[in-house]
Amino acid sequence: MATSIVAENVTKEFTLRYHRTFKEVTVAKARGHKTSDRFNAIDDLSFTVEEGESIGLMGLNGSGKSTLLKMINGVMRPDQGSLLTRGRIAGLIATGAGFHPQLSGSENLVLNAAILGMTERELKRKYDDIVEFAGLGRLLDAPVGHYSSGQKARLGFAVAVHVDSDIFLADEVLAVGDKPFRSKCMKKMMQIRDSGRTLVYVSHSPASVERMCSRVIVLEQGRLGFDGDPKAAIHYLEYDTPEDGEELTDEQMGNDI
Amino acid sequence: MTDVAVPVAEKPLRSPAPASGLLSVLRQRYLLRLLVQREISARYQGSFLGLLWSYINPLTQFFIYWFVIGFLFQMHKDVPHYPIHLFAALIIVHFFTETFVAGTRSIMRNKALVVKMAMPREMFPVATMLVSLYHVGPQMVILVVVCVLSGWTPDPVGMLCLALALLIIAAIGLSGALLFSAANVFFRDFGNIVNVLTNFVRFGVPMMYPYVIVHDRFGRFADLYLLNPLADAVVLFQRAFWVGTVPDADRVRIEQHYGGPMMPDHLITHGVLALLGCLVILAFSQWVFTRLENKIPERL
Repeated sequence: MATSIVAENVTKEFTLRYHRTFKEVTVAKARGHKTSDRFNAIDDLSFTVEEGESIGLMGLNGSGKSTLLKMINGVMRPDQGSLLTRGRIAGLIATGAGFHPQLSGSENLVLNAAILGMTERELKRKYDDIVEFAGLGRLLDAPVGHYSSGQKARLGFAVAVHVDSDIFLADEVLAVGDKPFRSKCMKKMMQIRDSGRTLVYVSHSPASVERMCSRVIVLEQGRLGFDGDPKAAIHYLEYDTPEDGEELTDEQMGNDI
Repeated sequence: MTDVAVPVAEKPLRSPAPASGLLSVLRQRYLLRLLVQREISARYQGSFLGLLWSYINPLTQFFIYWFVIGFLFQMHKDVPHYPIHLFAALIIVHFFTETFVAGTRSIMRNKALVVKMAMPREMFPVATMLVSLYHVGPQMVILVVVCVLSGWTPDPVGMLCLALALLIIAAIGLSGALLFSAANVFFRDFGNIVNVLTNFVRFGVPMMYPYVIVHDRFGRFADLYLLNPLADAVVLFQRAFWVGTVPDADRVRIEQHYGGPMMPDHLITHGVLALLGCLVILAFSQWVFTRLENKIPERL
């Protein structure tokens, strides 16, 4: 087994600016207010993911999950430390990013596939599968601007899951799809997991994390809070105490983020 | 692209950040082509006249200049085939300002992609430049038709000038777009600065007035005027089209009237030097872009 993702002392610093215009900055400086603040969105984080593992990434809002995912995806580079990956990365991190509202669904499909790194030949081979998975029928010829948010998500998801990859990242999954599509997607995700690919799954839903993942990393203000068994992680986060007697059922699967 | 057929274990452990730089843009030609196509087909989606707008816009500008400068200011009398002189310059100016203005906005406009997808971010300014280049096509068709009707035949030197002119604008336009698109992310002011800069462009090149006037008024400083790569490109472009339509008698008349050459001496040398200069500027812009790029996703 080879390592798939190796993070060593990764730190990502963000600068928070309170004022943007010249006027505001001058006024704030004159009054002795701070004009900007630095904080570490990811702070000295180290972990290793083996090939074929399915990792759940959990944490409260603002704990750095998305920043970490962006660094794994290569959109951001760590300021300190190193983050290395093995193989091609794809995922549901940007479903529908770059959809042009005035272009038709099929035109956007082709463009989106290319953005996600598909080659022309790869797309030709998979085009029909993607169209079938999206299940949008004749709507595919209409401009994407006329789609509902759910329909847009279907198209984005369909493209994303068909990209060949060694590491699959899943963020903001399926918040908008309808129930049949959601279960279809969960099935597809399971398939991806079982095919031996490395999976990184970001979610707030304990039920789906428990079902999908073999290990959970919990982030706390950019630091590693917990790393290990999903059940224990959920307990660590106190996500296992249902509020107001609300039952956690499979119904909530996929209602992420 | 990594080949998925290769077992994962045999692939190297590497940084997931994409290789950046203009060269890696060229390596992803398929994506670049699709981005350019998206821009072109999206621009005229839902418009009745469609691509015709690419002709209408420069044509109306042409008629305004033709009427105001040519007719009211009587430039028609002094400059033979003044409309061709004007239109040739307008095409070049248009190509530059389109690349510069739209290129500066390109990263902001593609925010959704930049924040989420790992791809060389130079992709967007480059795509904008190519879209502008695409729109040069229809305008050149009009120009060629008018030139042929005015007795123009293509000559090899002229074609070399044409290629040089387009390359100069592509290089300088792209460097401006690279530099300002990154800067625009940090302060939107740069978008406005670009608008101010483009105001100068029309007057800094021999578009409304012929080059011979520059030579007449500036004397030995005329060479300084040609340090502006945009002026070089315009002169080269006019050499490719307009000069071929001017009869020898008119040429002698205008040169005697102003006491100077209609076109600068050593035009090709000027052009090649200007192109080299622009490539140096382009390399500098790339260097700045790479330094700024890291902070772009978090500032969007």
